[in-house]
Amino acid sequence: MARLTVNGRACDVDVDSDTPLLWVLRDTLGLMGTKYGCGIAECGACTVQVDGAPMRSCALPVSAVADRHITTIEGLAQNGALHPVQRAWLDLDVPQCGYCQSGVIMTVAALLRDKPSPTDAEIDAAITNICRCGTYQRIRAAIHAAAGRRVSRTSSQ
Amino acid sequence: MSGVAHVDRRLFLVSVAAVGGSLALGFEIPFGARAVHASSSAREITAWIVIEPDETVTIRVAKSEMGQGSFTALPMLVAEELECDWSKVKAEFAPPHENRRRDRVWGNMSTGASRSISASQNDLRRAGATARAMLIAAAAARWNVPETECAAARGVITHRPSGRTITFGRIAAAAADIAPPAQVALKDPKDWTLIGTRQKRLDVADKITGRPIYAIDVQLPNMLHAAIVQCPVFKGALKSVDETKLTGMKGIRQVVKLPDAVAVVADSWWRAKKAAELLALTWDVGDNSSVSSSMISANLHEALSAADARVGRNDGDVDRALGAAVTRIEADYEVPFLAHATMEPQNCTAYVTADLVEIWAPTQDGETALAIAADAAGVPPGKVVVHKMMLGGGFGRRGIFQDFVRQAVVIAKEVGQPVKLVWTREEDVRHDFYRPVAAARMTAGLDAAGMPVAWKIRTAGQSIIAAVSARVMQFGVDRNFLQGLLEDMPYDVPNYLVDFAMRNTHVPVGVWRSVNHSQNAFFKESFVDEMAYAAGADPYLFRRKLLAKKPKELAVLEAAAMHAGWDAPPPQGVFRGIALHNSQNSICAQVVEVSVAPDGKVGVHRVVSAIDPGHVVNPLTVELQTESAVVYGLAAVLYGEITIRDGRVEQANFHDYPMLRLAEMPRVETVIVASGGFWGGVGETAVPPLAPAMCNAIFSATGKRIRSLPLKNHDLRSA
Repeated sequence: MARLTVNGRACDVDVDSDTPLLWVLRDTLGLMGTKYGCGIAECGACTVQVDGAPMRSCALPVSAVADRHITTIEGLAQNGALHPVQRAWLDLDVPQCGYCQSGVIMTVAALLRDKPSPTDAEIDAAITNICRCGTYQRIRAAIHAAAGRRVSRTSSQ
Repeated sequence: MSGVAHVDRRLFLVSVAAVGGSLALGFEIPFGARAVHASSSAREITAWIVIEPDETVTIRVAKSEMGQGSFTALPMLVAEELECDWSKVKAEFAPPHENRRRDRVWGNMSTGASRSISASQNDLRRAGATARAMLIAAAAARWNVPETECAAARGVITHRPSGRTITFGRIAAAAADIAPPAQVALKDPKDWTLIGTRQKRLDVADKITGRPIYAIDVQLPNMLHAAIVQCPVFKGALKSVDETKLTGMKGIRQVVKLPDAVAVVADSWWRAKKAAELLALTWDVGDNSSVSSSMISANLHEALSAADARVGRNDGDVDRALGAAVTRIEADYEVPFLAHATMEPQNCTAYVTADLVEIWAPTQDGETALAIAADAAGVPPGKVVVHKMMLGGGFGRRGIFQDFVRQAVVIAKEVGQPVKLVWTREEDVRHDFYRPVAAARMTAGLDAAGMPVAWKIRTAGQSIIAAVSARVMQFGVDRNFLQGLLEDMPYDVPNYLVDFAMRNTHVPVGVWRSVNHSQNAFFKESFVDEMAYAAGADPYLFRRKLLAKKPKELAVLEAAAMHAGWDAPPPQGVFRGIALHNSQNSICAQVVEVSVAPDGKVGVHRVVSAIDPGHVVNPLTVELQTESAVVYGLAAVLYGEITIRDGRVEQANFHDYPMLRLAEMPRVETVIVASGGFWGGVGETAVPPLAPAMCNAIFSATGKRIRSLPLKNHDLRSA
């Protein structure tokens, strides 16, 4: 049994203590927005925020996050209003297949909390998620857009 | 009633535990509102269109959506002729089982070869025009006026003489009773108002909020979870299973044996996976367990001079012209197996009862999924229901061979409860249908002016067609293997010969984004650069001369070069390469800018792609797909390599089968050269030229000619 706080709600889950947080979110709590991609913390599709910090939940035992505050993609929008990162993703048509984007969005939302106007180098260092559709150029542009900054590297037509 | 509405009931039946937990926690209930399977209370106006009283226009999509944008572009083709209000349009998948029941009213559901638009545009535009005629006929009948006095625009029908109007939503029910006209005229392309305009994707909102839209997200009452371990050596068989170590493990329900795999079924996927790793398994692997990549490579090299090749195209007398040439050049090339690595691992949920087989699958072809499920369950196809879900990537992995569907159905039938099968990433990397290995020997003869008078291409490698449908081979040659080198070869060389020596292995092969174009463009465009170098010519100007009789290709090549600024020198330390290739009935030219550091590290700075797909439905789709294809191609050029040792794949996951990441992303610019008049594809066309354009740039930077991929195997350090 572990006690977690997920998207502001406390919950007790009856799972093996080595179960990665990812599978607790998905199979126990039914929160399917957080994705399985690799199981070894390489791709970032499973990224959630733990006490505000981006963490890869596929390799994070649930026992390690007891009593900590977990935010998933389902908890990012507040009072029905999209988070600024989600709005930027919508405005710039970032997702293609979309499977990796929950993890990317959660990583970006954490980045922007720490660095409201990240440089390209800071974005390079922070966003190491894998996207097989290759949406990286739009991800970068959308981060700048969400940061309310002039976009420095845009897709040109 | 719509035929779609009633079949998705189970998606709304969330397990009691999940609902209870969700309500208690105040979470959203999964599957509460599903954009992709919207139910409808109104009636169909043609099989493709449902118009609600609230003016919502639901347009059915027969093809799969795996990120390529068909969920937006295909409805645009319908809406153009329907004259509805685009802002009121929603898309939903047409169910494969309904397609079967209704005599394939939605056509072929196979989604691949970049043909979603080209293969269905005529039917979709006709559906829109037919529905518009029915709506106008219903309005005219209501007003008792001639139909010819009425016109539709933006979802409103107007009786021109009187100025009376009625909305589609208000006349839709009456229109559904009108007999469809036998003939409809389609608009002239110059009159299009929606086709060719930039429209936002219809699927983004669900994809940024974590909606459970993928097959891997399905939750059913009493659903169990399965993890699978497949025979590490391809074509091997399961011999025995020792379950001793599973004793006492919680939640384990069943161990299911398949001919070449074992599945553990448990109450959670994590428990199933842990248990699967503890099984002691023995396999019957046969002779294949001695196969290695070096053996496969040696076979390909032998084939480059073997006598058993079959000719694909033969113009003039290539040997005679080679003998008479002033300059003769020759080079061998080789490429490895490649995995697809869709972000969503292979998975399928199945529920097999006495009277129904129901599956939820990430499928590029729902009809094939249905056929496989029926076969696996041993039931007639009429007893199968297929729920098409959004795909977390496809790239060719999930169309022809849907191994995950067969496995899920066999497991679920044995278990008797709904089962969700999810592969680990390791299983995905090690059990793909790979881009084939291939090699080529290129020989050219140049005349005194440096232009090629003879070009001989020997290819060797593994045939996809031989595995899929041997009877498709024409005259004993797999023409598919020669994609891009047959009649679609853009360059005019008077004496030209291309042939293919087939060398199949025990490794399964399949279609990988751009299929055999992916290697053939690398062979062809790298060697054209070698010809230009031998001729002392600029690689762009050299190609221009070879394209003198190909105005469309020339225009695309020119667009890429102009946009990239080929005439002006690149920034200090940056070098350019260029390539052109026709595929999927479209033309693409690329200019790649790279730098190579003294330690050999390659930086890719900029990729300019010019593309002519004929008609463009949604320019945004073209840009997104071109950007995507560039990244897909770059990852393969830099890192992509599946190697075989002891008959099995050596790579396992993203740590040893790496992908491009954001920090390595070049600036990607897309120039659309839409010449109109034909319908080409855009999902794959920018993959093939990327590898050669990039390697040609590296030659320009280092003087080193890259004749095998990936780049990570080459030492590019300065001497």
